[in-house]
Amino acid sequence: MQLRPSFLKATLAVVRKDLSAEFRSRELLSAMLVFSMLVILIFNFALELEPATRKEVSAGVLWTTFAFAGTLGLNRSMAVEKDRGCLDGLLLAPVDRSAIYFGKVISNLAFMFIVEIIVLPIYSMLYGINLFNPGLLLVILLGSIGYIGVGTLLASMAVQARTREVLLPILLFPIVIPVLLSAVKASSGFLTGAPMTEIMPPLNLLIVYNLIFLAIAFMTFDQVVEE
Amino acid sequence: MIEVKKLVKRFGMKAVLRGLDFNVQPGEFVALLGPNGAGKTTFLRILASLSRPSLGDVNVAGYRLPNQAAQVRARLGVVSHLPLLYADLTAEENLDFYARMYGIPDAPSRMTEVLQMVGLEARRRDLVRTFSRGMQQRLAIGRAVLHDPEVMLFDEPYTGLDQDASSMLDEVLKSVAAQGRTVVMTSHDLARSEDLATRFDVLSRGVIVASASRESLGNANLLTFYKQALAA
Repeated sequence: MQLRPSFLKATLAVVRKDLSAEFRSRELLSAMLVFSMLVILIFNFALELEPATRKEVSAGVLWTTFAFAGTLGLNRSMAVEKDRGCLDGLLLAPVDRSAIYFGKVISNLAFMFIVEIIVLPIYSMLYGINLFNPGLLLVILLGSIGYIGVGTLLASMAVQARTREVLLPILLFPIVIPVLLSAVKASSGFLTGAPMTEIMPPLNLLIVYNLIFLAIAFMTFDQVVEE
Repeated sequence: MIEVKKLVKRFGMKAVLRGLDFNVQPGEFVALLGPNGAGKTTFLRILASLSRPSLGDVNVAGYRLPNQAAQVRARLGVVSHLPLLYADLTAEENLDFYARMYGIPDAPSRMTEVLQMVGLEARRRDLVRTFSRGMQQRLAIGRAVLHDPEVMLFDEPYTGLDQDASSMLDEVLKSVAAQGRTVVMTSHDLARSEDLATRFDVLSRGVIVASASRESLGNANLLTFYKQALAA
């Protein structure tokens, strides 16, 4: 029985497995959500902002929340694979290993989007700002893809180390600075009603960054996970 | 079925395998014995394509590593002391996931066949986290044989098992070997290795220092052979 599944089938198998396991345990999502709520509340009380300045700082607070919650999710997502040797089980499958990477990216993105969908209305209520702006939602989509794309690759690398919880943010944050800066700038532009000529450069940077880093991850994942 | 020539594996400056030669014929059951740190697990991880050799030739089931790793992986089943199973999925969901990753046709009937073989058919819808260590190890063997591999690698499969679970695992291992598969198993348990294997190789300081078939061993004690091999 020497058959090999297609790239797409292998990717979907990883996504399906991750979603089934998470919707049963809810360990990762609950940790990300509780953490996000705490960050939003702390910022809300700490800043005590005037209504006029809330729009200006909202982009920064939002992306700080997403970045920290995302790191928590990425660490947990790979720890589940490592703890019982499941990462070896994945790597033993006769599939293109980048299918495993894309499967993990899609499931991590799904968890990130779930957190964002819950955080946005709560943030809107607490800060009195309407965040349901199509432009802002596009930035959140692009920024999340960039963050999770790089984060999944680095989490696969960090998971081999004993100090993985500490190692991931140390590796990840310097590399995703362009994503976070562009996302904050573009989000802020949409929230404050800046002209498109100001918003387009960071938006374009996000798109280019995503393409470059997803291509790099596609080419290097095999080497990253192998000893 | 397995041909290894002058295999070297280094981690930084430290050489764990130092020019190892190893051959296994189809259908052989080789017990790879050796003290802690001899390089047994490193060697098995290279055969499983989980680690790259630093130097040397490695061929498994007619395919060369690391270049033809995907072809090797399709013909290989691996069981280690870790179960390689997801605790938050049921036994059936775990097997279904691996069936998808190996592109197994008619997966439901193959899964039933495998679950019956490892004696877990009645627990197929239970979460793996509710299984005892022995049951998890039996399911791990089911996962490893799901795609009907030609070569099986067992890395210390008895670790953490009690007497009953070990005896049950013996039966499963015997049935796996009886199906004509080529098996390489590392173990510290000489008595169990003696019971199962057709050949015994001793790995020490990164090379095979002695090899004996069950026939050539005759009435001699495996422990004596092992001690002499390490002392030489």
